[in-house]
Amino acid sequence: MASPTASTAAHGADAVNTTHWFWGKLGWDIFPFYDPIILGTFIGTCLLGVAVVGAITYFRLWGYLWKEWFTSIDHKKIGIMYMILGVIMLVRGFADALLMRLHQALASAGYVGFLPAYHYDQVFTVHGVIMIFFVAMPFVTGFMNYVMPLQIGARDVAFPFLNNFSFWLTVSGAVLIMISLFVGEFAATGWLAYPPLSGLTFSPGVGMDYYLWSLNIAGIGTTLSGINLVVTLVKMRAPGMTWMKMPVFCWTTLCTNVLIVATFPVLSATLALLTADRYLGTHFFTNEMGGNPMMYVNLIWIWGHPEVYILTLPIFGIYSEIVPTFCKKRLFGYTSMVYATCVIMILSYIVWLHHFFTMGAGADVNSFFGITTMIISIPTGAKLFNWLFTMYKGRIHYELPMLWTVAFMLTFVVGGMTGVLLAVPPADYVLHNSLFLVAHFHNVIIGGVVFGIFAGINYWWPKAFGFKLHRGWGLVSFWGWVVGFWFAFMPLYILGLMGVTRRLSQFEDTFYGIYFLIALVGALMIGVGVLAFVMQIVVSIWKREELKVGDDPWGGRTLEWSTTSPPPYYNFAFSPRVYELDSWHHMKTEGAARPTKGFVPIHMPHYTSSGIVISGFMTVMGFALIWHVWWLAALTFFASLVWGIAHTFNYNRDYYVPAEEVRAIEAAGNTSIPAAE
Amino acid sequence: MTASLAGPAPEGGYQFYVTEDPHHHEGHDDHDEHHHETGTRLGFWIYLMSDCLIFGILFAVHAVLGTSYAAGPSPADLFEIDKILLSTFFLLFSSITYGFAVINMQQDKQRAMMLWLIVTGLFGGAFLVMEVLEFQHLWHLGAGPGASAFLSSFWILVGTHGLHVTCGSIWLVVLLVQVQMHGLTHENKRRIMCLSLFWHFLDLIWIGVFSFVYLTGVLL
Repeated sequence: MASPTASTAAHGADAVNTTHWFWGKLGWDIFPFYDPIILGTFIGTCLLGVAVVGAITYFRLWGYLWKEWFTSIDHKKIGIMYMILGVIMLVRGFADALLMRLHQALASAGYVGFLPAYHYDQVFTVHGVIMIFFVAMPFVTGFMNYVMPLQIGARDVAFPFLNNFSFWLTVSGAVLIMISLFVGEFAATGWLAYPPLSGLTFSPGVGMDYYLWSLNIAGIGTTLSGINLVVTLVKMRAPGMTWMKMPVFCWTTLCTNVLIVATFPVLSATLALLTADRYLGTHFFTNEMGGNPMMYVNLIWIWGHPEVYILTLPIFGIYSEIVPTFCKKRLFGYTSMVYATCVIMILSYIVWLHHFFTMGAGADVNSFFGITTMIISIPTGAKLFNWLFTMYKGRIHYELPMLWTVAFMLTFVVGGMTGVLLAVPPADYVLHNSLFLVAHFHNVIIGGVVFGIFAGINYWWPKAFGFKLHRGWGLVSFWGWVVGFWFAFMPLYILGLMGVTRRLSQFEDTFYGIYFLIALVGALMIGVGVLAFVMQIVVSIWKREELKVGDDPWGGRTLEWSTTSPPPYYNFAFSPRVYELDSWHHMKTEGAARPTKGFVPIHMPHYTSSGIVISGFMTVMGFALIWHVWWLAALTFFASLVWGIAHTFNYNRDYYVPAEEVRAIEAAGNTSIPAAE
Repeated sequence: MTASLAGPAPEGGYQFYVTEDPHHHEGHDDHDEHHHETGTRLGFWIYLMSDCLIFGILFAVHAVLGTSYAAGPSPADLFEIDKILLSTFFLLFSSITYGFAVINMQQDKQRAMMLWLIVTGLFGGAFLVMEVLEFQHLWHLGAGPGASAFLSSFWILVGTHGLHVTCGSIWLVVLLVQVQMHGLTHENKRRIMCLSLFWHFLDLIWIGVFSFVYLTGVLL
């Protein structure tokens, strides 16, 4: 089935190199529907889209969604929207993973497989981009957004409008990537798009431009969100909460956002230079006229390695909240946990070269980066021992979050050790770009980040909605993911040791077939885990009355559990005052009572539509730039600029919630579930 | 267990909630903006640092590519250092005049402040005109951004700075309108201080550009 259209696809964009003044590169041949997989997906997506839009219209929910969610600058709602974005993109990214596993299982067993090489290249590229930028990042940012202000006893983040704007910029990037599935193509370069392959000479199509504009736009959002959360943590902690009385999750959030602010500008600048190479004819990373492609590889990994810790650190924070809660003990080694986090934050900045030891920078340079990489395992190991010692002699409750945490500890250790192996430059020369590497980073990202995301969702769901997630479906999801992970990735370790390189769509030798088959079985088991997770949410919402719990269902220790579940939009009627670490636990042991009178007006910001509108303009701008529709790009650029300036003319940004309203909400003191979510 | 680790309770027992009104006890209207203002200033500083990192990357790229002439023109062939010096002074003076504007703002002299801001904007505009003329000159010489890696990095670095000055100038005009409309309110003062940081920051970047791109380029 290696269709003859593969070459058409590769050069489809070439065919339209005459740029029309009005339509740009757009034409009737931009839809890749000659590919039955894409056509089928397109039809399915359209049907689903029509169903969703129809349902929202039928139930008259547009107004509600617009007023209560899209224009909301409440950090809790924005956090939930980030999580929803993450779930949607997870399904998309996982579908790509299944395609690859299925294709490789066939291709390695003597069949041709069903993906033409050029399409296969796009699939692994988009899988990586989506999973990092539009699954892991939204999930992590969602947690930080939802939980951190509650944990420090704040009423919102420092810049609530900016928060909404950051979210919609992230959505904008995700939308562009989703459009690329049906309109044109995506990059076929691998997820970091190394030049010269990603340059205009070797990737003349629009795929690379989708990649660039999607990440250019989403990257701005992430940087702004990083600034926002750092300021929130520095300026808005409850009285008494000194640095060393902050929950560990807040510490990891702080370190992560410092990393975001210190690295995402590097990504933005690097991608902007590549964009200039493709649009302005510059020679930063080209082969000719003095360009230097290796500079791109250095720059992108100066962002790329800290990015790994941007994802992992907050997840470590989640585990650090879960373990003490479900072991009924305070966290072992709080101080060492904080220092370990900070050390990882700093070290993550000086290890980037280990991604390309084979570049040949020389023995001394490689040794330096090899050693710094190995050193990172020390603070990480300290963290692991801290969690283990917290469990030691604890009264462990194996609720779902704790199960995910234990699975993480077992799985992550293996990934960490293969990481140290890869950090040895001579070993890396053998294993570079092999499936061993692919298995390693999936081992740490799935075993570390993804398991943590599920742990966190199960842990804080009752906080956000007032009812627990269904345990039965949760267990199915848990076992599907955990067992599936081991089946899917252990064969890849073995294949990598045997010398199979990554990103292969065809195999001559059927010897590897059995390993790819086992990996496929693992991927299907993970598929069961994904479906069971969706079912878990659906069933839980269905049975929300049965699953209803109080404000503090797990016996939490930190401040987010001291308010009602779900929290009122102002979070705390009275700012909590902190005396100890684990201050909610302290309040409970000291018998703190919530005041029932003396309510005062609460200062809150107004909702605004500027964030979604400007991001909407920027999405269209990105699309227009991708397709060289210059007039539309200019128009939408100025529209977003003018709207942004107009936004600054609105001085009426905030209002006071009357004390009477606060009193009424507090008196109701309810934990009931809101109608729609 | 916690009790043994916790310090002794403070005198008068624990007060777990802040029950006094944090907003209204000093009796003037914009008191609650105060905490927000310090947040804005910190946030703006962090933003500037992230922007600084972008320039850091561009400078680093220039350090790598600055001598990759690809058999094309070198800095000594292209740069008219006296004109660059003139535009440097335009920008430096604009920073001084912005400083005067801030002094007047602190003394609540709105008219004088606006005048100094207009002077600042004129200096910034003069700088931009000089830059456009220089780019035009280079373009006519065939030294566009595609001519060599050196010129790519030169155009993008200097152009990014110029783009920032353009944004700053637009912001300046917007602020003048807003001060005219609402006077020297707390919010407007905060915005003027943020633009001040931005403007001086661009000056600092330009000193880097002047020293490392133009002077070093001509000397080498």
